[in-house]
Amino acid sequence: MTVPVFEPWNDPEAKPLIQFQNVTKRFGVFTAIDDLSLDIYEREFFALLGPSGCGKTTMMRMLAGFETPTEGKIYLSSQDIAPVPPNKRLVNMMFQSYALFPHLSVWENIAFGLKRENRPKHDIAERVDEMLRLTRLEKFARRKPHQISGGQRQRVALARSLAKAPKLLLLDEPLGALDKKLRQDTQFELMDIQEKTGTTFVIVTHDQEEAMTVASRVAVMDNGKLVQVATPDRIYENPNSLYVADFIGDVNIIDGTASPSGQDQYSLAWKDGLAPLNVSSTQSFSEGQSCHLAIRPEKVTISAEEPTGADNAVPGRVLDIAYLGNISTYHVELPSGAVIKAQTANTRRIARRAFTWEDPVWLSWTATAGVLLAD
Amino acid sequence: MRRVVLIAIPYLWLLALFLVPFAIVLKIALSDAAIARPPYIPQFDWASGIWAFLAQLDFENFVWLTEDDLYWKAYLSSLKIAAVSTAFTLLLGYPMAYGLARAPEEWRPTLIMLVILPFWTSFLIRVYAWMGILSNEGLLNQFLMTLGLIDSPFVILNTNTAVYIGIVYTYLPFMILPIYAALERLDGALIEAAEDLGCSRLQAFWLVTIPLSRAGIIAGCFLVFIPTLGEFVIPSLLGGSDTLMIGKVLWEEFFSNRDWPVASAVAVVLLLILIVPIVLFQRNQQKQQEAEQ
Ligand SMILES: Nc1ncnc2c1ncn2[C@@H]1O[C@H](COP(=O)(O)OP(=O)(O)O)[C@@H](O)[C@H]1O
Ligand SMILES: [Mg+2]
Repeated sequence: MTVPVFEPWNDPEAKPLIQFQNVTKRFGVFTAIDDLSLDIYEREFFALLGPSGCGKTTMMRMLAGFETPTEGKIYLSSQDIAPVPPNKRLVNMMFQSYALFPHLSVWENIAFGLKRENRPKHDIAERVDEMLRLTRLEKFARRKPHQISGGQRQRVALARSLAKAPKLLLLDEPLGALDKKLRQDTQFELMDIQEKTGTTFVIVTHDQEEAMTVASRVAVMDNGKLVQVATPDRIYENPNSLYVADFIGDVNIIDGTASPSGQDQYSLAWKDGLAPLNVSSTQSFSEGQSCHLAIRPEKVTISAEEPTGADNAVPGRVLDIAYLGNISTYHVELPSGAVIKAQTANTRRIARRAFTWEDPVWLSWTATAGVLLAD
Repeated sequence: MRRVVLIAIPYLWLLALFLVPFAIVLKIALSDAAIARPPYIPQFDWASGIWAFLAQLDFENFVWLTEDDLYWKAYLSSLKIAAVSTAFTLLLGYPMAYGLARAPEEWRPTLIMLVILPFWTSFLIRVYAWMGILSNEGLLNQFLMTLGLIDSPFVILNTNTAVYIGIVYTYLPFMILPIYAALERLDGALIEAAEDLGCSRLQAFWLVTIPLSRAGIIAGCFLVFIPTLGEFVIPSLLGGSDTLMIGKVLWEEFFSNRDWPVASAVAVVLLLILIVPIVLFQRNQQKQQEAEQ
């Protein structure tokens, strides 16, 4: 059985559900969103990722209708949504603070939006019960928001925003208040619900792990601009800039100057007196261009003896070991003084590992392990 | 021990400032008027003992309150004036509290200051000022006549209208402040959430803002209603001869008729009437506190 690949962004025929066209949003003289264009497709689980204050919430509020773009246009199903007030948009938002109505029960909170549509009573009851089942809240229907736990509140907020079956659901840091375990469970729950309902989700988060887990595509933002929009694996493996490489996960950055050494091959001069590094890159660099090699710690192999046949191998000394249970991160100091992190899975018991603090070791990685990035 | 002291303090307070005075007033209410000093009998006398003393007390004065229709009419009229003024105060106070809560944050302390500012002047002076404004030759009538809007002055002073104006003016801050406190705590995201779910601005106001400021509304209404019911100064200074309020009747019994026992009986009944709204008010405050936890 082949699973059809879901990649509407690669399909030139596909019509985006949401289009940002050169959208700029200013608050007074401060530019929160800077000439940003973006397409989001139906049934996508799209994540906006970036540091605090980069404009994620502002993007959501423009989609929900609480802010209007200063310049540019936003289209929903090819319709300019600027003149449509929030209560007339087929968009629902799950608020960062949940914004549950404290004077209404869980049941009434979920029914709130449905009642505004003047639907018949039994329709509303049916839909609310369906939502309660979906979010596993049946037992709490009669409780008030202050009588349930944080995780349950978050599910009520989700159920309430899903109840009207919006074309587009906006989730603003929905899991921010949850502890790690509950957060992971909820992420999978969200994905499950998204698959079941077929709604398009846009999720805001400043947690890169969360974005990688749930999203079909991730947009990394910085200062009101999009830096990279791609699938999670491409963002991780092929960041297009130092900013993205550094923002997503742990990374070693090695500065140097490139010189072409073959088809898509470069040698990177990085420290006087040390052999240049061999790097593959599909992006082209000119002779002597200064650049950065970004390489993930788990792609760096650590060994006690000098490895044979490795594309790159450098000696060093173990400076520090961060033991995380399943994995360990070794901080290795090179003779030049630079520190490189290498990560290995702890497949053997800790007492039996081959090296410890101060031991001389070798680090090695393949030519394709890292990404060469321009300034 | 420390706990006992801590708990005892409010009870001692209650005992000294409420229960003891109340017992004294109740005792006078059960006595008979007399030309004496103080003007009632019996006086407690160690020689004859407590039982002889208690035997002389009776409910005559309370019976009298039901026989003369002046009293129940005064109670009813007070209830009506208190209820109507509370309604007006709410109508005026809610929009002001709403405006305060919506004002830019840096403005709010100043605006609240303006609401409280009248308290810095004597209450009596402010009521006299209203007499100057509302009288036939007062500022208001002069102003309207200068503009040519009216030919002959409005008669406002010494009518119930003047009483309503005085009460609404005096008690407005008691309405504004609790409502403001409720509205200021209201999370703006709730209104946005309501709009997001399909409410118009007005619907969001009715379905979210009003219910969530309910505790403040109730508190404000009681804070206006309870003191207004026994109000004496405003009706006697601004009201006319036909303004009937129990506070005024009470004053006349005490000082004009020097009938302390009947006056005390009037006061005791007034207190009993007030207990209902006071208990309801306490309940409201308690519920609100519980909801906040
Ligand atoms: N109503 C507003 N008035 C002025 N500045 C605002 C307003 N809303 C947001 N901003 C500013 O815009 C920037 C982006 O905010 P926001 O979208 O909330 O960031 P994020 O959600 O990514 O943390 C911030 O610097 C914030 O201070
Ligand atoms: Mg935000």
